[in-house]
Amino acid sequence: MEDNPTSWFMRITVTILFLFLLAPVLLVFPISFSGDQILAFPPSSWSLRWYEALLGNNVMMSAFLTSLGLASVVTVLSLIIAIPASYAIVRLKVTGSEFLFNLFTAPLLLPTIVLGLAILIIFASMGLLATFTGLVIGHLVITLPYALRVLSVSLGNLNLACEEAASSLGAKPLAVFGKVTLPMMAPGIVAATALCFLVSFDEVVITLFLTGPRMTTLPVELFHHVESQADPLVASVSVLLILMTLAVVMIVDRTMGLTKAFVK
Amino acid sequence: MTTATFDMPVGAQKPSSTAGIAVALLLPIALVNAIGFILPVFNLARMSFNEALPGGGIAEAFTAANWTGLLQDSFYIELILNSIMVSLGITFATLLASYPIALYLHRASGAWRTFLTVLVISPLLTSAVVRTYGWIALLAEQGPVANVIAAMGFQPPRMMFNTTGVVIGLTEILMPYMILSLMAGFGRLDPKVEEAARTLGATPFRTFWRVILPLTLPGIALGCLLCFVLAISSFITLKLMGGGRVFLLATEIYDQAIVTLNWPLAATLSMLVLIIFGAALAVYSRVLRMIEG
Repeated sequence: MEDNPTSWFMRITVTILFLFLLAPVLLVFPISFSGDQILAFPPSSWSLRWYEALLGNNVMMSAFLTSLGLASVVTVLSLIIAIPASYAIVRLKVTGSEFLFNLFTAPLLLPTIVLGLAILIIFASMGLLATFTGLVIGHLVITLPYALRVLSVSLGNLNLACEEAASSLGAKPLAVFGKVTLPMMAPGIVAATALCFLVSFDEVVITLFLTGPRMTTLPVELFHHVESQADPLVASVSVLLILMTLAVVMIVDRTMGLTKAFVK
Repeated sequence: MTTATFDMPVGAQKPSSTAGIAVALLLPIALVNAIGFILPVFNLARMSFNEALPGGGIAEAFTAANWTGLLQDSFYIELILNSIMVSLGITFATLLASYPIALYLHRASGAWRTFLTVLVISPLLTSAVVRTYGWIALLAEQGPVANVIAAMGFQPPRMMFNTTGVVIGLTEILMPYMILSLMAGFGRLDPKVEEAARTLGATPFRTFWRVILPLTLPGIALGCLLCFVLAISSFITLKLMGGGRVFLLATEIYDQAIVTLNWPLAATLSMLVLIIFGAALAVYSRVLRMIEG
């Protein structure tokens, strides 16, 4: 690289493109400390007023609590449903397991705008619109494929020898699973937990179809807010969201390494 | 779009009782899949053949009226063509903006490479609403970008609530997908090949054009397919950056479903998006065969 006469040109180009890529995320940090009434950059004065405004905003706070509860319930259910499913597909190797795997991960191939509309029409006839149950099912449709994929890879990479040793020493199948397989899957389970939580917490488009004035989530409320007015309130929410994501990612990184969890 | 591979135990004999256990283990996921995916999608396809009544009513029917009406209406023909053109433009802009980063990352090594890869992935973990909001602040009428352009002595163009804003916002939002696809396809790019071309006297431009670019075409094709389908179906950025003034397929589906309550038409437009997906996939596999063959 050093003797390459074009490398300085390359470096400047890459720096500018990285700035372009990160600009909108970086910008919300200074804007969140704005003292202005409207969205402007750079702000003419600095303050914490938009963080105070956020704490006093009942709609945002209750949407945040809904999102938190929803993402938690969805994550727990995703694990309860996807761990047995991945075991059946990878370990028991049922007939047509590859077809089943593709079928259960297929929702990710559909654009969310199409999936959201499809679910809206069905849920309308079942009376599930703007209900917590409806949101949980809607989110499970897109978190389960991630959970199944991550858990299947994690299970597939495990060495069978440990499980075989346990059962040859007389452990019952359930005991082998609970005492040997499950603990060895721990990194995969952590990654699946983080992924499901973030996917559910950030989901907007499908949720937009399923929410109503009675029940709304934080991303949907943010969307409506940005759509109707331009003030720095969204920036303060964004900073908190980014910090929360960062915390989740750091937990995953500590447990198994970030690139392992998200790139592969 | 990727399929996981498992190490299946070879020659594992299964007793007959495992079938029953497997069904029990798979039942919950099958149930969610049926209620939240299979049933809605088939119902959506069926809905596109129903008849829309004025005022949001729907008559059970089996008519192609939605489809023929769509293809005869010049508003919708233009909407479809516009959506395809804008998505192609976004894909091309994303490719131009992502290629240098992907190439640089491919050549980098060690902790520096890991750090930069994390920087590339991190926007993916940030909500599209948040990133679009950042763009609104950047591209606003008295915003920083307009100020820089004005300081250089030019008249700043309108960059919000029009197609320009949509293209800029979506380009940035889709860049991580493109960079990761490009990097996945850069495996064949050996630094020794470049070195060979340079020692044999090729100019940097010629080395790029005749050696690097052809070797990275599979990655380019994959990234373009992914970004095109994501661009044509993206909604949040289009709605917010377009400010209700840019009409493309995704916003029209939403408006017909939520505002006009014409579900048969919304369903027909959704099916159309899926048909465009299929066409893009067909073009992709053709292009891939041309590159490889």
